[in-house]
Amino acid sequence: MSSTTVAPAVREETPFRRFLSEFAASKIAMGGFIVFAIIVVLAVLAPWITPQDPYDLGTIDIMDGRLEPGAVGASGITHWLGTDDQGRDMLSGILYGLRISLTVGAGSALIAGLVGASLGMLAAYAGGRTDSVIMRVVDLQLSFPTILAALMILAFLGKGILNVVIALVIVEWAYYARTVRGSALVERRREYIEAAQCLALPTRRILFRHLLPNCLPPLIVVGTIQVARAIALEATLSFLGLGVPITEPSLGLLIANGYEYMLSGKYWISFYPGVALLITIVSINLMGDHLRDVLNPRLKK
Amino acid sequence: MTVYLLRRLFQSLLVLVAMSLIVFVGVYAVGDPVEILISPDADQAERARAIVALGLDKPLWQQYLVFVQNALRGDLGRSFVYNEPALQLILQKMPATMELALGATVFAILVGLPLGLYAGLHPDSGGAKAIMAGSILGFSLPTFWVGLMLIMVFAVQLGWLPSTGRGDTLWGWSFLTPNGLSHLVLPSINLALFKISLVIRLTRSGVRETMLMDYVKFARAKGLSRNRVTYVHVFKNILIPVVTVVGLELGSTIAFSVVTESVFAWPGMGKLIIDSINVLDRPVIVAYLMIIVLMFIVINLVVDIMYSVLDPRVRLEGQG
Amino acid sequence: MFQQGFAVTATLEVRDLQTHFFTRAGVVKAVDGVSFTVERGKVLGLVGESGSGKSVTGFSIIGLVDAPGRVVGGSIWFQGKDLARLSEEEMRSLRGNRIAMIFQDPMMTLNPVLRVDTQMIETVQAHEQVDRETARQRARDALGMVGIPSPDERLMSYPHQFSGGMRQRVAIAIALLHRPDLIVADEPTTALDVTIQGQILAEVQKLAATTGTSLIWITHDLSVVAGLADDIAVMYAGRIVEDGPVSQVLDAPLHPYTVGLIGSVPSRNKRGEPLRQIPGMTPSLLKLPAGCAFRSRCERADEACLEHPALFGLREGQRARCFHPHLEEVPA
Repeated sequence: MSSTTVAPAVREETPFRRFLSEFAASKIAMGGFIVFAIIVVLAVLAPWITPQDPYDLGTIDIMDGRLEPGAVGASGITHWLGTDDQGRDMLSGILYGLRISLTVGAGSALIAGLVGASLGMLAAYAGGRTDSVIMRVVDLQLSFPTILAALMILAFLGKGILNVVIALVIVEWAYYARTVRGSALVERRREYIEAAQCLALPTRRILFRHLLPNCLPPLIVVGTIQVARAIALEATLSFLGLGVPITEPSLGLLIANGYEYMLSGKYWISFYPGVALLITIVSINLMGDHLRDVLNPRLKK
Repeated sequence: MTVYLLRRLFQSLLVLVAMSLIVFVGVYAVGDPVEILISPDADQAERARAIVALGLDKPLWQQYLVFVQNALRGDLGRSFVYNEPALQLILQKMPATMELALGATVFAILVGLPLGLYAGLHPDSGGAKAIMAGSILGFSLPTFWVGLMLIMVFAVQLGWLPSTGRGDTLWGWSFLTPNGLSHLVLPSINLALFKISLVIRLTRSGVRETMLMDYVKFARAKGLSRNRVTYVHVFKNILIPVVTVVGLELGSTIAFSVVTESVFAWPGMGKLIIDSINVLDRPVIVAYLMIIVLMFIVINLVVDIMYSVLDPRVRLEGQG
Repeated sequence: MFQQGFAVTATLEVRDLQTHFFTRAGVVKAVDGVSFTVERGKVLGLVGESGSGKSVTGFSIIGLVDAPGRVVGGSIWFQGKDLARLSEEEMRSLRGNRIAMIFQDPMMTLNPVLRVDTQMIETVQAHEQVDRETARQRARDALGMVGIPSPDERLMSYPHQFSGGMRQRVAIAIALLHRPDLIVADEPTTALDVTIQGQILAEVQKLAATTGTSLIWITHDLSVVAGLADDIAVMYAGRIVEDGPVSQVLDAPLHPYTVGLIGSVPSRNKRGEPLRQIPGMTPSLLKLPAGCAFRSRCERADEACLEHPALFGLREGQRARCFHPHLEEVPA
C-alpha cells in the first residue's frame, strides 16, 4: 500500500480501479476470490478433467460401489474420494454436481437480481401507491422464512430444476428490491438525477443509465451473499428430495445419497460433496463480507 | 395497553387473511384444486361428490369463503395417505417440533449469550476474534450438512449419542426421559447453530453500544463493581433486543426444523410436511402452511407483549 | 510524599495533570499540565469551550477516562492519596462514596430499564454493608433533600417517568447518598431550562454550604460560574490559561481569551454595543501551534507568543498564561 503513495500512479484513479486495489488489499477476500475462481474453473472444465463421466452408465461398474477413498476400481481408475453406491467416482460426481449447484445458484441470483432491482427501482422512482404496494409484498416475503416459502412453492409447482430456480427467485427477489429501493431513494434526490429530469430524458433512460449504476455497489454485495444463500438453499432442497432430479445430481443430492451409508461408517459419499459445498459457500461469503467493507461508505443505511 | 393489544390483534388478523389468500391462490389458482384436494384414487362419483362438497363448482370468491369457513371450523381437509383429518395429523406431530425448537432456542441462548458477552467486552482479544469468525461459519454452513457431520462424529464415530428418532417419551415429551433427552441433544444443537451465531452477533453489538452509554459511565461513577455494571446495567439493556429477536426467530426455527427433522428422522411436523410433499398429500400441506402462518402470528404477538413487559418505556406508554 | 500544608484545608490538589488520548491519528493531549486546588466547602468553576479539556479533567479525577485515553502524568491528591496511582479497586471504593460525579445529560445518566430505587439502593450498598430497607430509607432521604416531592412513590418509578430537571435532581441525590467530600459536576444544568437551572443551582449551593462538600463545576456558561463559584479556572486547549477568585477574574480578566469569553456574554455588554466575539475556532489538539495556543485567535499576539507562556501570578491570587495580559484595566 505504501509503495503507491511513494510513487504516485500516473494513471487516473477511477472508482472501479480504487475498488479493485482495495479489494486486493485484503488477503482473506483475495483468498476467497482465488478459491472461488478455482472452483468455477474446475466446474467448467469438469467434462475434460474428470476421470469418469459419472452419468455415462457404460463407464460405471456397480462392482466398484462404495469403494474407500484412494481405492483403485475395476476399470483401473484410482478413486481419490471413493465411489458411491452405484460405483460412481465421487470426485467426478462432485465436479459435475458443482456445475449444477453453481448454475442454479448463480442463475437464480441473477434473475432474482434483475426482477428485484427493477421492482426496487420502480418503487423508489414511482413512489406513492406503487411504492407502498411493492414494499408491503417485500415485507411479507421477508417475514416468512426462506425455506418455508421455497417448500410452499415447490409443493404447488412440483419438483424439477426449473421449479427450484423459480422458487429461489421468488424467495430472493425481495432482498434485492429492498436494497435497491433504499439506495435509489438516496440517489434520486441527488442533483444529477434532477438535471437529467430537467433535460427531459426518457424515464427509462434515467432509470437504467443514471440511477441503476449508482445503486450497483450495494446490489453487488447483496448479490454475492445471495448467490451463496441460493447455493445453500438449493442444496438443502435437493437434500430433502424436493430439488433437482436424480438424473442431474447437485451437491445436495449427492450428500443425500450418501446419507444412509454414513450410519455404517462409509462417510465419504456424503462428506466430500459437503466439503465442496462448504468451500464454495464460505469462499463466496468471505468475498461478500469484504466487499461490504470496501463499499461501505456507499452503503449508508 | 388494551388499545395497543387490540390494535396488534387486528393487524395480526389482517396478516392471517392475507396469508390464507396466498395459500388459497396457491392451491386453487396455480394448481388444480381437484387434483390437490381429492385423492387420485377416488372414482368418478366420489370426485363429483367431493367437488360439490368443497364447492369447487362455485365461483372463486365463493370458494374462498367456503375455504375460510371450513378452516374456521378446524376442517382443513383429510390426508389422502393417513385418511385422517389433516389438522389432527399435524397437531399430533406438533409437540415433537416444539420440543426441538425450544431445545434449540435454549442452546442458542446458553451458548450465544456468554460468547457474545465476552466478544463484546473484549472486542480486540484473540478469543473475541475467534468467536466472530466462528459465527460467520455458523451463518454459512448448511444446516443439513452440519447435522450429518454431528451424526458422523458423535453418533457413528464416538458413539456418545443416538443418531435418529425421539427415543423414549413421557406424556409425549422426549425431554422428560433420560433416553429421550439424549436423542434431543444433537438435533437441538444442529437447529441452534444458526441461532447461536445470531445471538452472538446481537449480544456483542448490544454490549458494545451499551458500554458507551452515559448511564453505564454513571453507574461506574457511583462506585459499582465491574460485575454489577456488566451484569445488571449492561445486561438488562441488551436482554431486550436479544429476547425479542430470539422470540421472533422461534417461528423460523420451527420452519427450519424441517431440515433438522429430516436429517435426524425426528418425527415432527417438519418431517411430516416433507413426506407429504413427496407423496403429494396436499391437504396436509395446506393445513401445515395455515398452522405455520397462525403460529407466526401468535409468536409475533407474544413477543410484542414480552417486549413491553421487559422494557418499562413501552409498558408504561400504553397506560398513560 | 506527604503533601502537608495544604492537605489540611484543601479537599483536592491537582498537580500537573496530563491526560492523553492515543488515537490512530496521533496523541491528543486533552489535558496537558493542569494544576488547581479546591478548598473544603468551596466551589471551583472550571470554564472552557468544548474540547478545552475541562470534562476530561473531571473524568481524570474520578478515574473514568476510557481507552484510548489515559492519565499519563501528574498527581491528584485527595485525602492524602494520589488518585492517579490508586488501584482500580481502591478507586472504586472512593467513587460515588467520597467523590461523586454528576453528568451533563440527565436524560442519559439514569439506566432506562432499572427503577430509581434499584439505582439508588445499589449505590448505597456498593459502599456500605446495610440491608435493603436501610438503604431505601437513605435513598428516600436523599430524594427529599434535593426537593423531590413524595419520594416514596418516586422511588418506584422508572427514569422516563421523570422530567429532565427531576432526573437531574435524582442524579444529584445519588451523588449525595454518601455525603461525599467532593462532587465533580460536568455541565449538569446545560441541558435544562433556565428556570430549572436556577432552582438546581440554588439547591446545590445550599447543600454544598451545609454539608461542607467541595464542588468542581465544569461549564462553558460564565453566568452560572458567576453566581455559584468561589474560584474559577479558565481552560483552553488542555491548559489552564487563567485562574483566581471568581469576582476578580470576571471583573478584571487578564488573559485575552478570558476577556473574549466574558465579552461574548450578551448581558455583560452595554446595550447597543455590538457583541464582541473571539474570531476563529479552537485549534485541533492534534497539531497545536508552538508557543501560546491562543496565538492564532489573539489580537495581541506577536513574536513573543511563539514561546510557551507560563502561568504568571499577576495579581493577588490571580494568574494568567499570557505575555500581554490586560493589566491596564484596573478592577472597578
